[in-house]
Amino acid sequence: MREMLKLFLVVTLFGALSGGLLAGVRAGTKERIEYQQIKFVKGPAIQEIMKGCSNDPLSTRFKVKDGKEERSFFVGVFDGKPNTVAFETSGKGYGGDIGVVVAVNIENDQIAGVGVTTHRETPGVGSRAKTDVKFAAQFKGQPIGEPFKVKADGGKIDALSGATVSSRGVCGAVVSSGEIYRRLKSSIVEKTKSTKS
Amino acid sequence: MAKSVLQEFTKGLWNEVPPYRLVLGLCPTLAMTKSVDNGFGMGIAVTFVLVCSNILISMLRKAIPKNVRIACFIVVVATFVIIVELVMQAYAYTLFQQMGIFIPLIVVNCILLGRAEAFASKNGVVASIADGLGMGLGFTISLTVLAIIREILGNGTFLNKAVFGPSFEPFTFMITAPGAFVCLGLMLCIMNLLGKK
Repeated sequence: MREMLKLFLVVTLFGALSGGLLAGVRAGTKERIEYQQIKFVKGPAIQEIMKGCSNDPLSTRFKVKDGKEERSFFVGVFDGKPNTVAFETSGKGYGGDIGVVVAVNIENDQIAGVGVTTHRETPGVGSRAKTDVKFAAQFKGQPIGEPFKVKADGGKIDALSGATVSSRGVCGAVVSSGEIYRRLKSSIVEKTKSTKS
Repeated sequence: MAKSVLQEFTKGLWNEVPPYRLVLGLCPTLAMTKSVDNGFGMGIAVTFVLVCSNILISMLRKAIPKNVRIACFIVVVATFVIIVELVMQAYAYTLFQQMGIFIPLIVVNCILLGRAEAFASKNGVVASIADGLGMGLGFTISLTVLAIIREILGNGTFLNKAVFGPSFEPFTFMITAPGAFVCLGLMLCIMNLLGKK
């Protein structure tokens, strides 16, 4: 019995110590890992849709609580004013979720740009959602919050030929970005304004 | 019976070099030698985990009950592997992306459990450090040598820089999985010839 107790105690102690150590390391590297993920995964897309801004949108960011989760917003400074925010949403594509960053001009509520970050669409077919500049450009200048649909569903977005499902996924992501924007607008505007330009 | 610390260190470099003599840790040896930076990075990661776990296990070897030693070893090894994973994610994100699933898989690398069970649990701290360092460096060198051969022949590059003129047609077979087996087989053959007594 005593022997059993000892085994039990040793293994528990090992597990607890290891857990504590890992929690510490995780807390210490969390910020930095987040930055790296932003830089290497979302970064290229954000920089693309924020082209022409005079700051580094990746380091000018803030967070807003949205229900249970926190969302990151990236601020772009155009003409000397911080007036554009980009954030990520996702929509259902053909091979899984499509991550989409949407940049919104907070002065006129228009979409400043749309870019795909992560996806698992068919290479060469659905993957064009990320690479085809013309497809993403259709969203530019449109008011955010529009119920975007592809033409096959009665909307006005030209789907990528042969990749209707992927196109639908991107539309869905942009629509959900509209909902997020409407929900969080007041805090987004307030925090964006207070960003140093 | 007791070997000197220097002997414990050097045995890992030649007489008992892990992938070629002990034929241990072949999974990362095959998978992570497509390019020199991957192979070297993997080697360093394993060396770090090996030295740390050897130190801890040899220090605790009297406190760990025999019945649950494997569980304790795995907890120690897994803890260090996750530390490596987090740190790599924070400071070497591109390498982290390339190595992907193979970082957590270091946990099941036979070298780690093998050294813990066969060496660190029976020897003192200093000897265990020497053993871990030797084995780790032996592993790193083995991986790097294999990676150099495969990258130069299969891709025509060394550390992502072209080594041959533009007329070089890469021998792509070498960077595929079957190429890894063939290459490893040839290395084992050479090592056996050299080690013949």
